[in-house]
Amino acid sequence: MGSLLRSPGLILGAALTAALVGMALLSLAWTPYPPAEMNIAQRLAAPSAAHPLGTDQFGRDVLSMVMGGAWNSIVVALVAVAIGAGIGVPLGALAAARRGWVDEAVMRFNDFAFAFPALLSAVMITALAGPGAVNAIIAIGIFNIPVFARLTRGAALALWQRDFVLAARVAAKGDAAITVEHILPNLAGLLIVQATIQFALGILAEASLSYLGLGVQPPAPSWGKMLNEAQTYIYMAPRLAIFPGLAIALSVLGLNLLGDGLRDLLDPRLRRER
Amino acid sequence: MTLFLLRRTAALIVTLLVATLVVFVVLEVLPGDPAAVMLGTGASEETLAALRAQLGLDRPAPERYLRWLGGMLTGDFGRSYTYDVPVAGLVAERAQVSLPLALLAIALSTAIAIPVGVFAAARRGWPADAAVMGLTQVGVAVPNFWLGLLLIVVFSVQLGWLPAGGFAGWDAGVWPALRSLLLPAVALALPQAAILARVTRSTVLETLREDYVRTARAKGLGPGKALWRHAVPNALIPVVTIMGLQFSFLLAGTIVIENVFALPGIGRLIFQSIAQRDLIVVKDVVVLLAATVVIVNFLVDVAYALLDPRLRLGSGHG
Repeated sequence: MGSLLRSPGLILGAALTAALVGMALLSLAWTPYPPAEMNIAQRLAAPSAAHPLGTDQFGRDVLSMVMGGAWNSIVVALVAVAIGAGIGVPLGALAAARRGWVDEAVMRFNDFAFAFPALLSAVMITALAGPGAVNAIIAIGIFNIPVFARLTRGAALALWQRDFVLAARVAAKGDAAITVEHILPNLAGLLIVQATIQFALGILAEASLSYLGLGVQPPAPSWGKMLNEAQTYIYMAPRLAIFPGLAIALSVLGLNLLGDGLRDLLDPRLRRER
Repeated sequence: MTLFLLRRTAALIVTLLVATLVVFVVLEVLPGDPAAVMLGTGASEETLAALRAQLGLDRPAPERYLRWLGGMLTGDFGRSYTYDVPVAGLVAERAQVSLPLALLAIALSTAIAIPVGVFAAARRGWPADAAVMGLTQVGVAVPNFWLGLLLIVVFSVQLGWLPAGGFAGWDAGVWPALRSLLLPAVALALPQAAILARVTRSTVLETLREDYVRTARAKGLGPGKALWRHAVPNALIPVVTIMGLQFSFLLAGTIVIENVFALPGIGRLIFQSIAQRDLIVVKDVVVLLAATVVIVNFLVDVAYALLDPRLRLGSGHG
């Protein structure tokens, strides 16, 4: 606990992340106005008591839309991390356990998957099936796979050389049992840190994709889409470009600080260098 | 070294082939009838048949794939369905915007990141270091397209100094063209610079602890000279690797930023092609971009091995 209090970054990161998650969960039960509710009479209204962040070109309440956008961001980024870890971790663990051609095949698959940034996958999926939130999830998820596979493989290779793995081998345990009982539990910390960072990258990627119209579709609220619409009114109401961007930046900042702080906490040797 | 190069080149070729195959399957086999996708639901059977014949879609898929691959190897990327011009020419024309934009962004981000990173490392633990680290942490979190919008608000809407979008064209002269690329390049460069500055700081800190730096200091070299002559040049090798790995982010960033600033580059081309359902252009551009990422990573790997002999003696991957 003492070391926790000495990490202001970790505390700030945890607070920002808690605010993001809290806002997203709250939006499921309550927002000041329904995020999609239009009120043309109130269009482009400046911030007031009734609308703390003002309204957009359709008179929609910006605060309610930012809150709803938080939920959308979290769902897309979280499922994309689950896809990346769900496929990447077993692949990396398999490559480390089997070595040889299996390792080679997994590494080549990694090279290939690295060649497709989330944006390129999203472009292809959209050209094929039209835009939508599921496309964004798949595209970001595909990009996460090699990240987790590389990390797991690299760290697992080192663990396979350790004495406790040798002991398990002597006890006649198979590759699969050793991986599940000894390798993966030792990688948990590392994977949690990486998942936090990929979660942050996922929020950034989702925002880019929905800004470009490749992500979640109207009337569902999304930060990227809000910024896209704000650009049309940038001369009349430049403030519309402020709040969704601030929400993205604070969420990503929070998750990155949380990831860095957790890494320091789990591996104090790294602290001095960072 | 030769073995390493051969292995790495073979892996590069396999990766490129798999990438083309996947793009072909996704964009030409999975849609069922690409002609129907391109013409939409209202097209008559005759028009569909004519387009299928024009695109060679009446031939079997493996033959089409090999023709496409062979064409690309000889610089023939096919003809755009909507623009009715060769795709190669279209891409070359758009690259006149995208390439200078990306290069400008790389130059800007490096020019900012390396001095800032070295400065922070030299002042490690001091308030200046903490301030730099805090700023870079924020820089990493700011999405480039939002930064682009904020730059438009300040420099175009409020101050009226620079255009909010569009491209003057190189025919209008170098300065008007560069003026249209300035804000987009800054929007791309700053988040990249934040990442690079953090990497530079931590690698300089690592090299400062090396024996050769200690020896240089013991021989009477001042801390500044030891830093710039010994620590920084060695620290830049991993920085270049990270720049290579960041290349795919830069590429994606360029596509997004071109759309923010309405620049007629490759990023705009890809979105216009999606809107017009021009699958031929989408297919070619996606493959070109993916191949660029693969080749840049290959070059970085090889350069790294040339600079660091320990790596090429290893297994050749990792």
